[in-house]
Amino acid sequence: MSMKELGVVGRNVGQRDLESHARGQTTYYEDVHYPRMLHLKMHRSAEPHANIVKVDTRKAAASPGVVCVLTHEDLPGKKVWNGLAAVGVGPEDEPVLAFDKVRWRGEPIVAVIAETPEAARAGAAKVEVEYDPLPGVFDVEEAISGSAPALTAHWPHNHYIYPDDHAASQIRFGDVEKGFAEADHIVEDKYQTSPIEQAPMETNGCIAKPGGDGRITVHTNTQAVHFARDNTAAILGLAPGKLRFLGGTVGGGFGGKVDVAVEPISVLAAMRTGRPVKFKYTREEEMQVSSTRSAWRLYIKDGVMNDGRIVARKITSYQDSGAYLRFSSYGSMKHAGHMPGPYTMPNVWVDARVVFTNRPPSSAMRGFGVMAASFAIELQMDKVAKTIGMDPWQLRLLNAYRNGDMRAHRKVNEDAAMVETIQAAARLAGHELPAEYQAMTSWDRKAS
Amino acid sequence: MEDKLIRLTVNGRDEAVVIRPLATLQDVLRDTLELTAVKSGCGQGGCGSCSVLVDGELRLSCLTLAERAEGAEVTTLEGLNETNAIVPLQQAFVENYAAQCGYCTAGMVVAAKALLDRNPAPSRDEIVEGLSGNLCRCTGFAPIVRAVQQAAQALSDTGEEAS
Ligand code: FES
Ligand code: FES
Repeated sequence: MSMKELGVVGRNVGQRDLESHARGQTTYYEDVHYPRMLHLKMHRSAEPHANIVKVDTRKAAASPGVVCVLTHEDLPGKKVWNGLAAVGVGPEDEPVLAFDKVRWRGEPIVAVIAETPEAARAGAAKVEVEYDPLPGVFDVEEAISGSAPALTAHWPHNHYIYPDDHAASQIRFGDVEKGFAEADHIVEDKYQTSPIEQAPMETNGCIAKPGGDGRITVHTNTQAVHFARDNTAAILGLAPGKLRFLGGTVGGGFGGKVDVAVEPISVLAAMRTGRPVKFKYTREEEMQVSSTRSAWRLYIKDGVMNDGRIVARKITSYQDSGAYLRFSSYGSMKHAGHMPGPYTMPNVWVDARVVFTNRPPSSAMRGFGVMAASFAIELQMDKVAKTIGMDPWQLRLLNAYRNGDMRAHRKVNEDAAMVETIQAAARLAGHELPAEYQAMTSWDRKAS
Repeated sequence: MEDKLIRLTVNGRDEAVVIRPLATLQDVLRDTLELTAVKSGCGQGGCGSCSVLVDGELRLSCLTLAERAEGAEVTTLEGLNETNAIVPLQQAFVENYAAQCGYCTAGMVVAAKALLDRNPAPSRDEIVEGLSGNLCRCTGFAPIVRAVQQAAQALSDTGEEAS
């Protein structure tokens, strides 16, 4: 292929919406104005884990400016859901609005809809919830230890069970125990990442507007407009054609705007009141209530030879999904799919679990599952290099996958570029590599 | 407290608006006058997305009571394009890829204008200081700083105003 055919490679290409941004002409979801628009605020759980004894909305309903109050009793379709139910992920576990129990602090319980944002906030503050607090669990290993309370009846041991009945996303390749027995060194460590908030500059939000034709128009900043529409329809028991979702412009998402957190309840409020309803997360809600990247804990054990070859790698990891599943089973699959890193080794064992705790549910964020894997693997590679006294660049070059290698997932490797990438990075960093390492390629295990 | 009528000049036009008690300048600009380049990333002074000029000074419209803007001259990003031609400061944002989602951009451009109006030849540190109240989560600050540097350069080359 000639450079001409490639067209854009090696050239700056204009970004279509830049001028519109610089002029302030880009229309975001909340840049439409409707007369008689109402505002929705959520009354949220004050407890991380509790039985709900009683919910009293009378004072909220009587609060000045309040037009409508919605609880789980008002939901016409599903009471619990999961966004991936349509592709077979289940059982559905997350209440649209909490009813018998709350499982994280900030869980939505009652929606209050009023003439102004201030009136909605004041009304939401007047909802009275009586709790019977339960012990909470906030650590992944404690959660599955057997001594912690079960969060839901679906998963009595507080970890997800995949539809094929596996307790984890797994890799079984070769025999790690045999590899450890043959190795000159064993290198082990524990790694932990923290939850990270996507923190887009524009918080999650939508405006739902009923139309004369019986359809509801939804202006939303979701990252996944069809996904949001179909899930909203499924939750409310509506035909998708009743909903007209307008999206496409997102004021920063990074995975933080795929949870369908605002649309279903706003559509229901618009149907109930016959008026446009806006639900916009405050900055506090965005930071504390919207889902984060999961925190992960990993244990890695490597069997290493004196010459640097890694002959066995065993990984046990725990994804803290928070109180509900959302996309975490997919996150753990991607995590396991990324193991054992971009390296070839004959013996690999991986168990990647999704664990439930009383923390806010976690969800998508840029390469979720993968980033935690890379973080731990590369720290481990440095630790291995240090243990055997080898240059960490050389250790990676020696173990990097080559074309034709069988990967731990039993897929033959194609299009490898790891060796050349490390060599290029070494040149840029001014790191001197011995001649045999400079001569390595992705097409040959041995130096040519 | 009662609703109140206030008069102010916005982007060169005289406006009379009725405000609710404790309404912010942001409410008036965004919701009453529908100048939607004024964004609302936090509503509490933390992000700069609502930046406007009040009598030439950089202000966070979410923390400015509308009443306090009575009689003032207010400029939003929309006010930079009176003739519909893109101005050099905006062009510099385009050429330097200084936006991704664009949500922070209106506030950034307004803050940069405030800086260049006051100091047409700022140092890099002065640009960083001038934009320090404006957050961007997508682009990274380096292209934004480069855009302002380019706009300042264009200004000194032509002797014209940046915006
Ligand atoms: S909205 Fe005014 S500073 Fe964030
Ligand atoms: S471009 Fe998205 S926040 Fe700055």
